[in-house]
Amino acid sequence: MFFRITQRDLLLAMRRRSDVLTTLFFFVIVVSLFPLGVGPEMSMLRTMAPGVVWVAALLASMLSLGRMFSSDHVDGTLEQMVLSPQSLSLLVLGKALAHWLVTGVPLVLMAPVLGIQYDLPGDSLLVLTASLLLGTPVLSLIGAIGAALTLGLRGGGVLVSLLVLPLYIPVLIFGAGAVEASAAGLGAAAHLSLLGAFLLASVVLAPWTTALSLRISME
Amino acid sequence: MAINWFKYSSPASFYFLAGKMIPLFSVAAVLFCAVGLYIGFFVAPTDFQQGEAYRIIFIHVPAAWMSMFLYVVMAVWAGIGLAFNTRLSSMVATAIAPTGAMFTFLALWTGALWGKPMWGTWWVWDARLTSELILLFLYIGFMSLQAAIDDPRRADKAGAMIALVGVVNVPIIYFSVKWWNTLHQGASVSLTQSPKMATTMLTGMLIMSIACWMYAIAVILIRTRAIILERERHTSWVGELQGAER
Repeated sequence: MFFRITQRDLLLAMRRRSDVLTTLFFFVIVVSLFPLGVGPEMSMLRTMAPGVVWVAALLASMLSLGRMFSSDHVDGTLEQMVLSPQSLSLLVLGKALAHWLVTGVPLVLMAPVLGIQYDLPGDSLLVLTASLLLGTPVLSLIGAIGAALTLGLRGGGVLVSLLVLPLYIPVLIFGAGAVEASAAGLGAAAHLSLLGAFLLASVVLAPWTTALSLRISME
Repeated sequence: MAINWFKYSSPASFYFLAGKMIPLFSVAAVLFCAVGLYIGFFVAPTDFQQGEAYRIIFIHVPAAWMSMFLYVVMAVWAGIGLAFNTRLSSMVATAIAPTGAMFTFLALWTGALWGKPMWGTWWVWDARLTSELILLFLYIGFMSLQAAIDDPRRADKAGAMIALVGVVNVPIIYFSVKWWNTLHQGASVSLTQSPKMATTMLTGMLIMSIACWMYAIAVILIRTRAIILERERHTSWVGELQGAER
């Protein structure tokens, strides 16, 4: 059932490919705008790169949160999911996985290319990709809570950013910190372990919280 | 003598109980504040390192304590409201949020005023300051989520979820000066060690914290009363109350 939901959401996303591409292009454009805004000096860009890429990833992942539940809410599918005997947490986990595959994975794949634009050395690129690989699923999982709470509210999009961004900050700090630490020769292992811990904690807790929030929003 | 606590979990009886308690706490707040400020400004000695500017701790530290503590209390009441479906606890949680946000803002603001002469800068991206700023965002998020939902019961429950999720930030703030060795100084007061500051300074600070407590309780009770009236406006007792005042 868990994979069925993921499969279904992926299929729906593929039918509306423009939504997926919007997120990716948003990410690429935001990252590419920074050198135009602050000037093309390579040494500065190198120090900025991890933060810029991570903030852009945060914003891009948030951009698509509204879609996670809203279309299912509008056509009544979500109600059936809430009523079904299946564990709602598991269904939510499936949806979050689909969200990550659609929005997170393209960002992870795109990040090394953008890192080259910012003149990052090879091992920093590797750490950046690894940190995004560990961090972006956390963004999808935490974002699901915000998406569930703001379901069907007017101005939900702005509200979601207000609710979710404060919770994203630790991921941002340690994600960008990993790249900086490896560039400084300290090794990124500690930061990546913490990101891994965030991932495990959010896999366990976020679907459950999201399921509760969905029930609150649906009643 | 057994007190029937559940009696006061009804908004109607709590309304009258709160009405009796508000003057008490207000008077206490004014008294403690006067004594605390007197000690802070006239009795406490000048700090040998920081000069006169340190006196801002008499409001900065209590405000920072209150900001964290009120968040936890808000999350607890919101959680109780969510778990046991008690209306009054959710109303109290809603009433706490603006006061908590106010204290968070006050802590950040006085911190900036204090940081300028001490550190030479209004703001640094230090762990304690950043996590306190996140706390302000969490309060604002809680309030805007509740404001965006029209149905009060759904607003209570949705707010409770976000309050409970955000509670992870409180230990981060509390331990931030230990975990990250950055610009913000370590804790000046702890339960396990003897205080590292002059007794009069400590007394002044503790009295000011009590004043902040009393103020917070009084304001929260007033706001809870307003929320009760607003939500219970269809009931007969509120109608009678209005009739009596008219």
